[in-house]
Amino acid sequence: MIGLAKRYWQVLRRPSVHYSLGFLTVGGFIAGLVFWGAFNTALEMTNTEPFCIGCHEMHDNVYRELQGTIHFTNRSGVRAKCSDCHVPHAWTAKIARKMQASKEVWGKIFGSIDTRDKFEAARPHLAMNEWRRLKANDSLECRNCHKFDYMDFTRQSPRAVRAHSTSLARGERTCIDCHAGIAHHLPDLAEVRRLAPEHGGDKALPAIVSGSGVEPEPPDQERRTP
Amino acid sequence: MRRLFPLLLVLLAPGAGAAGLVDRLHGNLPVLDEPAPPPLTNPDNSDVRRVRNYAMQPPIIPHKIEGYQLDKSANRCMLCHARTRTGESQAPMISVTHFMDRDGNFLAELSPRRYFCVQCHVPQVPVAPLVDNRFIDVDTMLQGAGMGGAVRK
Repeated sequence: MIGLAKRYWQVLRRPSVHYSLGFLTVGGFIAGLVFWGAFNTALEMTNTEPFCIGCHEMHDNVYRELQGTIHFTNRSGVRAKCSDCHVPHAWTAKIARKMQASKEVWGKIFGSIDTRDKFEAARPHLAMNEWRRLKANDSLECRNCHKFDYMDFTRQSPRAVRAHSTSLARGERTCIDCHAGIAHHLPDLAEVRRLAPEHGGDKALPAIVSGSGVEPEPPDQERRTP
Repeated sequence: MRRLFPLLLVLLAPGAGAAGLVDRLHGNLPVLDEPAPPPLTNPDNSDVRRVRNYAMQPPIIPHKIEGYQLDKSANRCMLCHARTRTGESQAPMISVTHFMDRDGNFLAELSPRRYFCVQCHVPQVPVAPLVDNRFIDVDTMLQGAGMGGAVRK
């Protein structure tokens, strides 16, 4: 075994006999381009909706739930697909997420959520994973499209203005703290509260689930109710 | 023949009687015609409470509830309207009747029979009613203003 490795090492460190330095440099560069292009194309392919919902686990559960929500069907025809919310856009973070996704391949192979019942049983756990991720990165995937700086509060409902102009503006809350369960169904919340301590406690729970929801109305603001 | 009679009635009745029937809920059209559905409108989202028409009326929902989850896993309404949440949300708390079971015992939280909010509470959309509504509330009636079945707009 060691002898074999030694022989390969000697082949590698010997100068080339048959090929010119130019050929090796240019050829290596082109081969690198092809490899990099193919790698990225394959990576992007795993970000497409047909790829994600190629598994019945995704197609029959979360994709079904997404249909009918504002992120799937709406007046302006802009849609968020799976990867827009679940895969970071920055390269390093994306690769990190893709490596974590090997766990999902494992789950697919061994059928950890291959029935509706198994999926529902795992839903609190799965939801808390995503909540924890979004809370940790300040709802980055929401903010890729929904920029706080460009929000026009005058076009929002009074309740939205109240929440957005106080705790969101101060950075005490992040999008997912209130907008949990807008794209997929919420898990059993009683179960979630029971399981939360082993999933990072409040770090894994949006404020609206853990019990501290939107900001109280400022006392100086006059309530408009009779 | 006696057995066939109900069948004949079912087969013949639409042809014989329905042509002249007009259903106002159906859009003031003969029942066999298909009305064009009115365009969808956005529900009231003003968050302003409305006056109830009678004391026992379940208050209407003055905001959008589109996409609110209301099933055995989660009750989106209760994330703001539950007793413990009203401090933060400033939403009206569900009334005391919602804690009572059918025997009048008070429970610790929302009674299962009151769990499905939209059985009684509904959002409002600005559309013309399908039929005239001649309802007047009790105060109007006591004042005598509504005597004689005045139409209340």
